[in-house]
Amino acid sequence: MTETPVAEPAVAPRRHLLSISDLDRDDVERLLTTATTIARSLDREVKKLPALRGRLVINLFYESSTRTLSSFDLAAKRLSADTMALRSSGSSVDKGESLRDTAQTLAAYDPDVIVIRHPQIGAPQRVAEVTEAHVVNAGDGKHQHPTQALLDLYTMREALGRLDGLHVAIVGDVLHSRVARSLIGALALVGARTTLVSPPTLVPRGIAQLGCEVTSEISGIQSADVVYVLRMQQERMRAGAAYIPSLREYAAEWGITAARLRPGQLVMHPGPMNRGVEIDPRVADSDVSLITEQVRSGLVVRMAVLYDLLTGGRAEARPALEVA
Amino acid sequence: MTLFWPGGKGDSLTIEGARVIDPTQGVDGPFDVTVEKGVITAIEPAGNVARGLVLAPAFVDPHVHLRVPGREDEETIASGTAAAAAGGYCAILAMPNSEPVVDSAAVLGALIEQAREEATIPTGFMASISQGMRGQELTEMAELARLGAAAFTDDGRPVVSAGLVQRALQYSGVTGRLLSLHEEEPTLSRDGQMNEGPVSAELGLAGWPSVAESVMIERDCSLAAYEQRSLHIMHLSGRESVAAVRAAQGRGVAVSAEVSPHHLCLTDHSVRTLDTNFKMNPPLRAEEDRLALVEGLRDGTIACVATDHAPHARHEKDAPFEEAPFGVTGLETAFAALYTFLVDRGELDLGLVLERMSTGPARIFGLPVPRIAVGERANLVLLDLDARWKVTEDGFRSKSVNSWLLGETLRGAVVKTVADGRLVYAA
Repeated sequence: MTETPVAEPAVAPRRHLLSISDLDRDDVERLLTTATTIARSLDREVKKLPALRGRLVINLFYESSTRTLSSFDLAAKRLSADTMALRSSGSSVDKGESLRDTAQTLAAYDPDVIVIRHPQIGAPQRVAEVTEAHVVNAGDGKHQHPTQALLDLYTMREALGRLDGLHVAIVGDVLHSRVARSLIGALALVGARTTLVSPPTLVPRGIAQLGCEVTSEISGIQSADVVYVLRMQQERMRAGAAYIPSLREYAAEWGITAARLRPGQLVMHPGPMNRGVEIDPRVADSDVSLITEQVRSGLVVRMAVLYDLLTGGRAEARPALEVA
Repeated sequence: MTLFWPGGKGDSLTIEGARVIDPTQGVDGPFDVTVEKGVITAIEPAGNVARGLVLAPAFVDPHVHLRVPGREDEETIASGTAAAAAGGYCAILAMPNSEPVVDSAAVLGALIEQAREEATIPTGFMASISQGMRGQELTEMAELARLGAAAFTDDGRPVVSAGLVQRALQYSGVTGRLLSLHEEEPTLSRDGQMNEGPVSAELGLAGWPSVAESVMIERDCSLAAYEQRSLHIMHLSGRESVAAVRAAQGRGVAVSAEVSPHHLCLTDHSVRTLDTNFKMNPPLRAEEDRLALVEGLRDGTIACVATDHAPHARHEKDAPFEEAPFGVTGLETAFAALYTFLVDRGELDLGLVLERMSTGPARIFGLPVPRIAVGERANLVLLDLDARWKVTEDGFRSKSVNSWLLGETLRGAVVKTVADGRLVYAA
C-alpha cells in the first residue's frame, strides 16, 4: 500500500497554523482579506486594536530571530493581547522531552496562542499535541514557515493586484529553505506558477512533484513577474558539505543583478540578506525591491493569523477590529 | 553450536485439525500432529478440520537487537526472547551493537551464559567484524567463532573500508561463519533522516538516497566474487539494491539477502505524519522500491524475512523526528503484518511467506531448519488466520513499544509456538 495504514493525526482545521498544507484557498483568501482590513485600520493615529484584549500569546523561540519574533510580538501587542517571549540559546540541541516539558509548563499559564520557532522539523506539531493553545509555526527546521509565505502572498497581491496566474521565480538554496517550501505550496494554492532557479546541488530531489518547474539556468527568471531571492544559508552549510564550489561562483552564476532583471520585474527576499552574494545591493535598495513592504506585510498578516485563530475567522467578530 | 537457551525436557502435545503447511516437505493439508517429549511422533490425516488454523515450521529471525549489554531498560534477553516466542519464532540471532560491543570473548561469553539462564527460545549472537565497530581492526574472529558467534556484522554501521571487508571475507574461511553487512555509503547517506525523494523534498528532511545502499552492495559483491566467499546483505530497502543482489547471484556470487516486514509493507509516504515510529535505517522508500522488494522475496533473490527488531526507550522516540533514533520493534507483529498487508491483499502467497520466515533464514545462517516431519525436533508455530487483534502498547512482551503498527488492527495471530521441543508460547 502506498498510504500509511495508520490513521492521519486528527488536527481540526484551522485550529493551528503548522504548515501551508493546513490551509485551503478560501482560508488564504480570508486571511489576506483580514490583513487588508487590519492594514487600513493601522493607517489611523492610534494603532492599537482591542480584538484580543485579555488573551495571552507566548512566543517560544528556539532559534535566534530578529524580524519574525519582533513581528509576532508587535502583532500580538497591536491586537491588545498580552505577550511573553521565551528564547532558548539555540546552542544546545533541545531534546523532545525538554520541548514537551517546556510546552506543558507554559500550558499552565493557559496561553491562547503559542508561536514557536524550532530548529527541528515537526516541533510545532509536538507542542500542539500536548497543549490546548493554538500553535503557530514560526519556522521549524527546513520544513515550513507558513506566515512568511502568507506575508509574501499579501505583498505580491498588494504590488501586482492579483495572485492567480502570477509567475514567480524562486532563486537560490531551495534545499535548506523552509521559506521556499512554504511559498511553493502557497503559490500553488492561489493558482500562481512557480519556477525554481537553483544550482542542481541545492534543489531537493523530487521537488517538482510539489507543482513547480525546476531549472539551473539563471535565464529561467526572465519570464517571471516576481523574482524571489532566497538567502544563501551559510549557517546551514556544514564544513566540507561542498554544495557549491564557492560563494563567489554562486554570486557570479546565480546572483540577482540589475543586468539580469528585465524592466517591470519585482524582487523579493525574506531576509536577512547577504548583500553581494545572492542579491546585488543596488537591486535590494532600488524601486523594484519589495523587501521593506514584506516586513510591513509581516505585521498585518501575523495580526490576521492571530485574529483568525482566536475568532475562528468569523465575520461577526470583525467589529473588534475597530480602533480602541 | 551457535544457539543457546536453558533447554530441558521436551513437551508433549497434540495439535488437531490444523492445515499443516511445510514448504520444505511439500505438505499442505489438514493433519493431526503429535509431539512427544519434544519430538514429532505422528502426522495423521485430521478427523476434524479446525477453521483458520495453520500449523507451520516456526520462524527464525536472524536480525534482532536485544540491547544487552548496556540498554536493559529497552530490552533484555528474557523480554526479547519472550517477544520472539509470542511472534512465532523458535530461534533468533542478536546483533552485537550493544554497549559494550560484542567484540571479545568476554562479552560474548557473558551473553551466552545469560541466554542459557533466561532465554525463552534458542538464541544466537553475532559478534562484530571490527573492534568496537570502529571499522579499523578485525575482531578475534576465530576465537569468537569457536566460542559460538553465529555470524559477524557491524550492523547499525557500514564497514566503510573496502580493505577491511576484503580481510574479513578472507578470514571467514577460518571461522566458517557468514559476514552479514549493513550497506550504507556514509558520504551519500550523510545525515539523512528518510528516503531521498518527493516526500523528503516536501518535508525538508535530509535525504538518505537508495543509491547509498546499492553502491556498497555492488562493491561488496565484487569483493565476495574476488575472494570466492559468501556474503549476506541485511535489510535491503531500495530497488537498485534488489537488482544488484540479483545480478550478483546471476554471476554466481554467493550472496544472500534479507528484507524487513516494514520495508515490505510501508513507503516513505508514512513519514508525512512525522511519527518517529516510521523512522528506521535504512529508511522506508518509494512504492517502486517496495514492489521491487516484494518481487525479490517472491523470486528468491531475497530468501529471508528479518525483523530488524530495534527496541528504543519511549522518551528517546518521543522526540522531534530528526532527534529520534532509527528503528522499530517487529518480533511480535512480523507475521500478522505480512499476512494483513501482503498475503490477505494477494501480493504474496502464504506458503512463500512462511518459507521466507523459517527455512530461508535458517539455511542462510546454518541453523537447524524447522521441519514438520516424524522424528524431527518440534519447531512449530500454530497460527489463527481468522483472528483479528489490535496492536496496543500494553500488548507487547518486548520492553519497548516503538511499533509502526500501534493502533492497527491486524489479521492473523500466533496461537502457539514450540521451540526445540518445548511449548514456549500459548495465547
